[in-house]
Amino acid sequence: MRIRPQGKQPRQAEKQPSHSRLAGARPQETDCANAQLDAVAATQALTQGGDSAYDSGVKIDAEASALRAYAIGGSPPRREGPEKVRGQALYVDDLPADFYGTGEVELVHGVTVRSPVARGRLRAIGFLPGVPWDEIVVVTAADIPGQNHIALLENDQPCLVSGLINHAEEPLLILGHPDRVIAERARTLVRLEIDPLPPQLDLDDSLRRGTKPDAGPNDVIWGKDNVFKTFTIEKGDVAAAWAGVDVIVEGDYETGAQEQLYIEPQGMLARVRPDGSVEVFGSLQCPYYVHAALMAVFNLPADKVRIVQTETGGGFGGKEEYPSMIAAHTALLARKAGRPAKIVYDRLEDMVATTKRHPSRTHIKTGWRHDGTLVVQDIDFRLDGGAYMTLSPVVLSRGGLHAAGPYACDHVRVRARAAATNMPPHGAFRGFGAPQSVFAIERHMDEAAAKLGMSEIALRKKNLVRDGQTLSTGQVLRERVDMRALLDRALALSGYEAKRARYDEENRRAAQGQGGMHAQRRRGIGVATFMHGAGFTGSGERYLASKVTVDCDATGQVHVRASSTEIGQGTNTIFTQIAAEILGLPPDAITVVRPDTSQVPNSGPTVASRTVMVVGGLVARACQQLKTRLVEAGQGMRLAAAGYRPQQFRAAVQAYLAQHGTLSVTTEYEPPPDVQWDDKAYRGDAYATYAWAAYVAEVEVDLVTYETRVLDFVAVQEVGKVVHPILAAGQIEGGVAQGVGFALYEKVAWREGRMANGQMTNYIMPTSADVPPIRVEFIEVENPRLRGPGGAKGIGELPLDGTAPAILNAVAQATGLRLNQIPLLPEDLLAAYARAGLENG
Amino acid sequence: MSTHGHDSHHATTTSSGTFTRPLIELRLRVNGIDTVCVVHPMARLLDVLRESLHLSGTKEGCGEGECGACAVLLNGELVCSCLVPALQAMGTEVTTIEGVAPSLATLDRVQQAFVDCGGAQCGICTPGMILAAKALLTRCPQPTEAEIREGLAGNLCRCTGYTKIFSSVLRACQADGATTEGGER
Amino acid sequence: MRAYLPEYEAVSARTLVEALTLLAQGAGGLDGPAQPPGRRWQPIAGGTDLMVLFSAGKLPAGRYLDIWGIEELRGITVAPSHIDLGALSTFTQVRQHPLLACEFSSLTQAAIESGAIAIQNRGTLGGNIANASPAADSPPALLCYDAELELVSLRGARWVPYAEFHTGYKQMQRASDELIVRIRLPRLSAVERERQVHYYRKVGTRKAQAISKVCFAGSFVRDGERLSRVRIALGSVAPIPLRCPRTEAVLEGAVPTSAVIAAAQEVLGSEIAPIDDIRSTQDYRRTVAQNLLFDFLAQAALH
Repeated sequence: MRIRPQGKQPRQAEKQPSHSRLAGARPQETDCANAQLDAVAATQALTQGGDSAYDSGVKIDAEASALRAYAIGGSPPRREGPEKVRGQALYVDDLPADFYGTGEVELVHGVTVRSPVARGRLRAIGFLPGVPWDEIVVVTAADIPGQNHIALLENDQPCLVSGLINHAEEPLLILGHPDRVIAERARTLVRLEIDPLPPQLDLDDSLRRGTKPDAGPNDVIWGKDNVFKTFTIEKGDVAAAWAGVDVIVEGDYETGAQEQLYIEPQGMLARVRPDGSVEVFGSLQCPYYVHAALMAVFNLPADKVRIVQTETGGGFGGKEEYPSMIAAHTALLARKAGRPAKIVYDRLEDMVATTKRHPSRTHIKTGWRHDGTLVVQDIDFRLDGGAYMTLSPVVLSRGGLHAAGPYACDHVRVRARAAATNMPPHGAFRGFGAPQSVFAIERHMDEAAAKLGMSEIALRKKNLVRDGQTLSTGQVLRERVDMRALLDRALALSGYEAKRARYDEENRRAAQGQGGMHAQRRRGIGVATFMHGAGFTGSGERYLASKVTVDCDATGQVHVRASSTEIGQGTNTIFTQIAAEILGLPPDAITVVRPDTSQVPNSGPTVASRTVMVVGGLVARACQQLKTRLVEAGQGMRLAAAGYRPQQFRAAVQAYLAQHGTLSVTTEYEPPPDVQWDDKAYRGDAYATYAWAAYVAEVEVDLVTYETRVLDFVAVQEVGKVVHPILAAGQIEGGVAQGVGFALYEKVAWREGRMANGQMTNYIMPTSADVPPIRVEFIEVENPRLRGPGGAKGIGELPLDGTAPAILNAVAQATGLRLNQIPLLPEDLLAAYARAGLENG
Repeated sequence: MSTHGHDSHHATTTSSGTFTRPLIELRLRVNGIDTVCVVHPMARLLDVLRESLHLSGTKEGCGEGECGACAVLLNGELVCSCLVPALQAMGTEVTTIEGVAPSLATLDRVQQAFVDCGGAQCGICTPGMILAAKALLTRCPQPTEAEIREGLAGNLCRCTGYTKIFSSVLRACQADGATTEGGER
Repeated sequence: MRAYLPEYEAVSARTLVEALTLLAQGAGGLDGPAQPPGRRWQPIAGGTDLMVLFSAGKLPAGRYLDIWGIEELRGITVAPSHIDLGALSTFTQVRQHPLLACEFSSLTQAAIESGAIAIQNRGTLGGNIANASPAADSPPALLCYDAELELVSLRGARWVPYAEFHTGYKQMQRASDELIVRIRLPRLSAVERERQVHYYRKVGTRKAQAISKVCFAGSFVRDGERLSRVRIALGSVAPIPLRCPRTEAVLEGAVPTSAVIAAAQEVLGSEIAPIDDIRSTQDYRRTVAQNLLFDFLAQAALH
């Protein structure tokens, strides 16, 4: 499954619609240590002349052009793009039955029987007539050869329920039949006998009941107090600081569950080999998470479990944890059936059963001086983790670490708690806790401005953090930070100040019935300023110790091996760019190896906006070392560091291989020595670096229907070096669209802990008619400290953080209401008007 | 007449003998090739294409006509293949994503524009999106942005925020009649 | 795909007579006693509603008669006194018809807002009516235009005013052996058309590809300061697509002063019977229906 570009030569950079102010220039070669060798080699190359005399000038131009387009900062075509536009890319459900090449052409199709109740005890399972049960493979918890849990942070989540049911849609058993239609029918003929138990469906209720003195077995549903994790960030002296404030502002903010809604539902294919080893192919973000989970379920050593990522139709965090569950189910079915098995969820099952964004509640109390100086922040941040821990502690960390916003404040307390409930486990979703807490603080800033009688812009500018100042954890910002420049740019692009004033006036007149045709329309414009930590939180990267291997085969082809997955965001293309740039080779000479745990080292999960910055950095370093090895090699295989042709590279590789046997470099993450983090005290450098942004949304609210429409959106950000401007803009635009959904459309209808709207017809994501024009701009700041390739930082999650609060701030201007809950559907806006007693009449 | 294939799991009589209802011999022209397969008359065109004809470029995103990932052209008109029962496809001409590119070495201008402009990210909505774009450009060769938004509104994309898809369609219009730039496309 | 295929039987009819003959089987006519519903043939047109249920495993098992290929059910014909739309007229055909856009613009608008292009290419007017969803987009427009339906069976043909067609949730005046073959829209005189005001607004869950939460169609003919031929019909606010004669009566012949409008809003609020469901709330639907009535009359005042 080698990834092969089929497209034409890439267009030149100037022909691309550029949303960036960055030039496509190549950064200077930084390999100073080899300067002298370079000079020697360059002379040799010149005197030897290579075979260039036989090339036409045209070909040289084409090669040079290809190299330029693939340089960091260019926008070459997506590598697997041609397969995707032809419909030839193979997603898990597309793999032919004889995919394994073993002659086995008949698969067993699996379906999952799930709990209809949120909490209870499974007493018995019956099978009603209507299908040939003797042909159906039934997998229960008793069929698990190893541990009945899905290994992650805490091994509390069973693979299949064996007694206590802790959430609706929890998997109870797997049924398999070669005919998908019969397997599906069988699912409807399973009779479950369940003794229901009272569920806990509210996060605050669960926190209260878990800690009350006389808590009984129906109060405590997880651990000793229903708390997955709690921590407190403390800076300065919050208790004492209130004495020095003039104005206190307080508010409660709430965000809902959000479904990732990747368009490819989850699925896996598995087989068990005669030696008992297990192989799984499927749609996933993190091959080594699945690998670890299957080692435990099957009680197998690492080399007996193989996980391969198939083309993946979107993830957004939704394919971070749950694929381990499906992989385990599919492999168990394959084992029991004695033939390959496949489980592919339909949309309904995917929506009701898999993880969603954690619902959150935040209470913020801040103290201010009259001049707008932020003196003290006291923040209580709570997440609903659902029935099992999954990744909730980590989500809570990121949420808590972003809760105070990008503001300089001497006295900060953030208390963060993740509670267990009997909801289906909530999980990773792009932004990972930060969109929840950033929504709260950015709405709060506007409310504070109103209370202080200042403009929301002036208030932000007064308090935005600068380099040299500290964040809530005491982290000193040693990189250059210029939030005010970003904000100014966003204001200028959107015409913010003029519109803000105009809309105030128009809304006032409309409310007095002077609006004519538009008497029922209100407009608003809103802003959010925010940051997003790049890479894993705290010591995460240190523990992960990611590895990347780059090696060469006898044809001179370069293989980049990492477990980082292409899920649409562009991993294949960007790794190619990095390798091509450093090795000075055309893209065709580079193969980004499909993530397969038997072929690639563990470069960590594809999450946390870390792929370009952290893993890309490892790719860059490995390529650099590989090149150095060839440059420093003995006579006959030496390369000119200053430049060489692909043929010369190939010849050098072949000579090297002839002498040494292999040419392979593995690099491992090295924590920057000056990044220090204390996991227990929540003090220090929470993230190695941050992306910074200012977003502006413009909305119109229709008071006939209470519908809100986003009219315009401006997203200005500083993300370090933009490696691929088109992919980067695509990340922002896609994230903004998801943020529009998070703010205005996407509401999970919970009924007794079950999702009642698990269909695309009634869980509403934005269509092409609903998204506003999105203007994206990247501003580059010289930051020599940055370690990503060419100085790149993370980007993927950033746009989810600021979109919703910018929109709600705009709606607040349009309506004059305090609107602190999302999603804000028209029904919610009507209810808010009713509450405010301000119904338009 | 050549055929793509004629086997279907719908046509399989299992050992339990559950399939007692009459199946039909479905004849249709798929991507210019006359095709016959034996299927259940209510089998969805989507499943016929994917399972009987092994044309897996047509995707299932929702199974209820909402997301457009399964869009194909049926007698030249855009339809959701998950909503078309096999018997309604009898005698029709179907174009799937596999039939869009003029050759193995060449992409259609809409496909090329999606590659060049970042219109495809994860790629799962892309086949349906490209067919929707082709249908749009057939009835409206120089669409405005509003027409593009409306023409693609039945095709959901979760990755792009649609912006790069709009620029892909606009690029494809510009490329109209000027698809040769030399070299492999 | 959750449908259990062995439970379904399906055949295509090529002609109306062929279809009617199959529909008559088991209906308790000449060829024997009445059969239970699962043994009778149920028509399937564009499939845009039935196939959704089918995929979800919720379509009742039984026999389905494909009528998509029956040419006699197609075509839009214009007569001096009316326009006839074949039951299989697709939303695409409806939205593209210039005379409809001119004289029955709410129906054109309903077609434009029904699903998206792929749905409009398959979804039919007859299917939209026979599926009997209270949330369907075209019925309020049809109600506004005094549409009549022609129902045909081997027993004969009859015309039914559309306003009387739906009798309860998913219940209608179509016998199991009947097919809707035509929808007739009476045309107003040229003078009346000049003075007719049309209003159609679908409030969906989003801007496109949405199911309505409230759908409002209204029309009247301006008679000096007064309103005449007032028609008001709504979707998604009752078990059936609802024409609102009591609200119309408040406005008929009246000058739309704010007092009259308020009175009409009041009556409308009691004439509709919205519910809370997965897509919206009773409160929202009632308030927005009343707001839309105001908007209709306010917009109309500007014409």
